[in-house]
Amino acid sequence: MPTISTQGVGWDLSDATRSDAALRRFLHGLPGVDQVGAEARAAALGTRSIKTTAKAQALDLAIRMVDLTTLEGQDTPGKVRALASKAMRPDPTDPTCPATAAVCVYPDLVGVAKETLTDGGRRDSGVNIAAVATAFPSGRAALDIKLADTADAVEAGADEIDMVIDRGAFLSGRYLQVFEEIVAVREACTQGERSAHLKVIFETGELQTYDNVRRASWLAMMAGAHFIKTSTGKVQPAATLPVTMIMLEAVRDWREATGQMVGVKPAGGIRTTKDAIKYLVMVNEVAGPDWLDPDWFRFGASTLLNDLLMQRTKMRTGRYSGPDYVTLD
Amino acid sequence: MSKDRIDVRKTYKLFIGGAFPRSESGYSYVVNDHKGAFVANAALASRKDARDAVVAARKAFPSWSGRTAYNRAQVLYRVAEVMEDRRPQFVQAVQQSEGLSGSKAEGVVDAAVDRLVWYAGWADKLAQVVGNANPVAGPFFNLSTPEPTGVVAVLAPQRSSLLGLVSVLAPVVVSGNTAVLVSSYERPLPAVNLAEVLATSDVPGGVINILTGSAATVAPWLASHMDVNAIDLTGAAGDTALAAELEVAAADNLKRVRRAPAAEPDWTLDPGLEPMTAFLEIKTVWHPMGV
Repeated sequence: MPTISTQGVGWDLSDATRSDAALRRFLHGLPGVDQVGAEARAAALGTRSIKTTAKAQALDLAIRMVDLTTLEGQDTPGKVRALASKAMRPDPTDPTCPATAAVCVYPDLVGVAKETLTDGGRRDSGVNIAAVATAFPSGRAALDIKLADTADAVEAGADEIDMVIDRGAFLSGRYLQVFEEIVAVREACTQGERSAHLKVIFETGELQTYDNVRRASWLAMMAGAHFIKTSTGKVQPAATLPVTMIMLEAVRDWREATGQMVGVKPAGGIRTTKDAIKYLVMVNEVAGPDWLDPDWFRFGASTLLNDLLMQRTKMRTGRYSGPDYVTLD
Repeated sequence: MSKDRIDVRKTYKLFIGGAFPRSESGYSYVVNDHKGAFVANAALASRKDARDAVVAARKAFPSWSGRTAYNRAQVLYRVAEVMEDRRPQFVQAVQQSEGLSGSKAEGVVDAAVDRLVWYAGWADKLAQVVGNANPVAGPFFNLSTPEPTGVVAVLAPQRSSLLGLVSVLAPVVVSGNTAVLVSSYERPLPAVNLAEVLATSDVPGGVINILTGSAATVAPWLASHMDVNAIDLTGAAGDTALAAELEVAAADNLKRVRRAPAAEPDWTLDPGLEPMTAFLEIKTVWHPMGV
């Protein structure tokens, strides 16, 4: 596997972000992605067979990694309450079933989610609240509006902010603008005593090339992202195995260069347990077992959880379950 | 030239969701004719094929059951038409499977096609016969109408490979159910031919799924499957141990069970309505009479 070596080069990452030209030089100096090779490796990693006890472990881990998401114009407080309840106890018939990592909602519904997840402030369920902000999903708004959007969500109680980058600026090469926007949003994630984690969404379906995915990954990590995320789920193709692999390579190389860990979140289009397990195999093989943790890897998904639960029931009872036995959402 | 020609040895596949996949297990088994000579290989369905077939059948159910009865009748009639076009193939398959003479095998194919046409005719007549306008003590219309049960697993008879097969399959789908059918183990070829007919007629993918292989292996998974609504145990006729095991497994989600007969019935007799009504629910609607 190609690793971006920093030994001897003496990269000063702060130097790379000094000016637009320096940043472009740095990002375009990253080694290119071998498209055929990346797709072949991603496909090869998808052929591993995970069975019995390993599968049972993978199912529970995948459930703990789910950011249970609803991002629709028709979302209502009632739907968010139902979703938050499901996140806390995905399978009400089985107390051994773990909770999901977070629920992911629009900023105006953060308060509703928080009310349900904390039982009106009486206890902490351990399920985080993620809010999409910065004019999600297009990211087309003035910076001060994006920052106000972020601050609102944090004040309402969001633990994690999922921001979108300005793809228009990125594709036209105004990298420093994208960089400074991420830095500004990250600052807005701290409001008084509250501080939220920042996930940066690239919308890889709009970035055209794998090289751009790698550049966006480095750009976001240099700007201080806690997580890098593939897609909004509103654009096809959303998360794919090769794109996620390139992002996993980037976080692996970033840790080698700086010692810091950054998380990865594929989102959109992951609907089956089989797919989820392919991603987990890839995390282990590309980034390493340190990332096999809900703090460092998430699935942005809604229908995936039902399939995970049905598979879990199948392993527990020995008979196939059906969609009649999980919630509709 | 023709003497030296190498045989084309066929390995048939399953029919799931309108496609012809190989068995997920990768296994196939040898199908012999009634004298024990090799005829072809058939796919040996595994539990995962059954699982995939149920998913396909569930997906097909809303649109199939939502079609008008008249349209379902036309679709089934079209199947009969295509079967008629392929008469020689079916006659040969029945001869090989059941060891009948040419004329008797032709009689069986005739009867199977006629049975299909007969069931097709029932599609838009069932509601009149099985449903009712109930007299109630109030100013209401009270209407009972038949509704399909859902996904039905069908164990096809082990001996009557075509007439028996059609006689258990057609009554399930004519009313709007979707079917996962496990063919006769020793005589699967007419079922394979029927799959090819279904693929080239108007039956939407997933409405009928055909698995070739052993009912004893696959049926327990279908019987215990929580997303299967009913099961027809005709194919377990005579095997009381298997039938009992399947009935117990089917009880877990209160499946409708059409019980296994003690021995295979005479398929040439008039089937009556029971094969259809076994997989129907009755919905009763109250409606104010108005002025």
